[in-house]
Amino acid sequence: MVENAGVFPSPRTTESFPAGLRVLVVDDDLTWLKILEKMLKKCSYEVTTCCLAIDALNLLRERKNRFDIVISDVNMPDMDGFKLLEHVGLEMDLPVIMMSVDGETSRVMKGVQHGACDYLLKPVRMKELRNIWQHVFRKKIHVVKDIENQDLGSNEGAQMMKNGLDEFDDELLLNGSDPNCAKKRKDMGNEEYGDQDFNNPGSVKKARVAWTVDLHQKFVDAVNQIGFDKVGPKKILDLMNVPWLTRENVASHLQKYRLYLSRLQKQGESNSSLCGKQLDLSSKDTPGKFGVQCSTIAQQHNSANSFGYSGNKSFVQDAVPEINEDHLKSMVSFVPVTEAKRTLTCDVPVAQQQQSWNGEVSASGNGELSVMQLMRHPKRDHEHYLPLEEGYPRLPLPTQQHHIQIECVRSPPSANARSYITDRDKTGPSEVKPLCSDYKSNHVRNVSPVACAIDSFSLPLEHDIVKPQGFKQLPIMSAFLSTQHHDLDRNCINSRNCPQNLTLKNSPFGASSSENLRRCSFQGFGCLEDVELNNLAFFDCADSTASVAELQSYLYDELGSSCDYQCESMEYPIIGEGLFIA
Amino acid sequence: MASAEITQLRRQAAYIKKSLFEQGYLDGQFLQLEELQDDTNPNFVEEVVTLFFKDSAKFIANIEAAVEKTPLDFKKLDAYMHKFKGSSSSIGALRVKNECTLFREYCQQGNGEGCLKTFQQIKKEHATLRKKLETYFQLLRQAGPYETATSSH
Repeated sequence: MVENAGVFPSPRTTESFPAGLRVLVVDDDLTWLKILEKMLKKCSYEVTTCCLAIDALNLLRERKNRFDIVISDVNMPDMDGFKLLEHVGLEMDLPVIMMSVDGETSRVMKGVQHGACDYLLKPVRMKELRNIWQHVFRKKIHVVKDIENQDLGSNEGAQMMKNGLDEFDDELLLNGSDPNCAKKRKDMGNEEYGDQDFNNPGSVKKARVAWTVDLHQKFVDAVNQIGFDKVGPKKILDLMNVPWLTRENVASHLQKYRLYLSRLQKQGESNSSLCGKQLDLSSKDTPGKFGVQCSTIAQQHNSANSFGYSGNKSFVQDAVPEINEDHLKSMVSFVPVTEAKRTLTCDVPVAQQQQSWNGEVSASGNGELSVMQLMRHPKRDHEHYLPLEEGYPRLPLPTQQHHIQIECVRSPPSANARSYITDRDKTGPSEVKPLCSDYKSNHVRNVSPVACAIDSFSLPLEHDIVKPQGFKQLPIMSAFLSTQHHDLDRNCINSRNCPQNLTLKNSPFGASSSENLRRCSFQGFGCLEDVELNNLAFFDCADSTASVAELQSYLYDELGSSCDYQCESMEYPIIGEGLFIA
Repeated sequence: MASAEITQLRRQAAYIKKSLFEQGYLDGQFLQLEELQDDTNPNFVEEVVTLFFKDSAKFIANIEAAVEKTPLDFKKLDAYMHKFKGSSSSIGALRVKNECTLFREYCQQGNGEGCLKTFQQIKKEHATLRKKLETYFQLLRQAGPYETATSSH
């Protein structure tokens, strides 16, 4: 049994299946993480642990086929477990099991709606974990079925699945194990496949498709072309022009997509002050307007493929190039509110390319938020991804496409914001700290151990990165910068010890929001170099002027992180007045 | 160490554990943890318990700070407690977990006094549990691993 956490997928032999099943566990509770890891190892599974949803997503995107199944807690500080569930379902199509100490029917139902294949109640027992392999098997069977039912053609995803399944085929089909045996926990998967005989895949009725990045991109393009309101599976199917895809495949994928989008929309509606379809960069006077260029930019680039699909290296592409410089300039804005225009110049060493970041970080008038959206650029041959073209602050990224998403959310910004200073990273990857002024509920997450020299500024809560593309119908901003309502009391700034720094990530999903926007302001952060933000918790101080700001930028590291994804410790500093003390 | 002493130590430890179960401080989850302990992780249970108390101290401090604010932010308190409850379920801290549930009910009712009272209770149960478990592990450590005990016979 491999002890280390699945860095390299170990070849699984038929004799030992399901041993070696590669499991990713996501839970912000370190105690549980340790216990689950031990339990899964005892089942002879290969375990990787993560205490933040963002990290988990990054890990998953890095190498799409690195994991077989994901187990995640429902309540996590940086991202709602259900949201993670959606992302995983849409992007990677891996089975996801949810966990919680709360077994309320409504919660469980929500899990099902979002696509969980199971919902475990804490305390979780070993025997429940032993059986998780059935979900993996089930998915594989259906993919194979799909392959057999269709004219395969060039569906790589299906091919991979089929190859994967071959390993299990003989063993599983012959040993007559019944994956559907009754279990105490709530097993959602069963309804769908209830009448199937697992010993005979020929009777499988529902075929599953592996939605690869390309495929999903085609899907999104088709949806955009038709117009989201008028969309229907048949129309999409016709436009996509993928011979082996069926209307049913498209329909079910559309359903997932709709769910995701509707959630975004709900957030968009509830943030009245948030940018709607127009992100107006220039409207500096309105509080809460964050000049999100994203939407405008995004709208300009219909063809941008920006889905954070990691498997395929074809990450976000074209969105950026056409953006004109000014636009970009204003976009990038980490700017202190009170200060006038100020140029931020930093040299950020880039792993493979030395680039200096000369950005004009300008304060837009009165401390407007500028949402910076670094759009990715066309991928270069090495992995650097410089999101911005000339005139842009470039973030040297060790990885490909990245977005820095900063979400700004409405509410009257507080007076001062500071700019982040990009740190020079000794090892290469650079860290960028965007400064947001008056970000209401935005986070920029610093993946790297760079601290921000931030004065106080308000930061909105959490936000997810959304890809501009494909959301034409939706207020991109809402996707992008929508206020993430987070009913979080703490937000973690995650700076890991990992060297990967800015990884901009493209994620097609918008932020999930919870009801309250918390406004945080960042205060007095020490020096950049040595502050290690390691899961710092922020307290919500909506009423205090000095509140903790949580910046989160979702970064995606294509290179693969050598960092330790597991959070060492969770600090919950008590912040009296919301001061975040590093 | 003489085997008689070792036996004595173990007996004391066993007594503590038994009383913790009987009084409802611990439940079956704790036994699960013990089952997970093996040669590759001979101190697994103690490590987990230590980790739990480290986190729980923070939870308690956070809640402490939050209950001092007026008016009480029930939503926030509820969220804190939810996390604390999840955490306490990890080692089978039954009494603490039950008090957390009660606290959350008070939160949902907006009953500030109930919350405060329950919180005091939680702190008490938590402190008792911690002390007893500390003693428990200390005794076990003193007694040494089982192999030593048997080899001395």
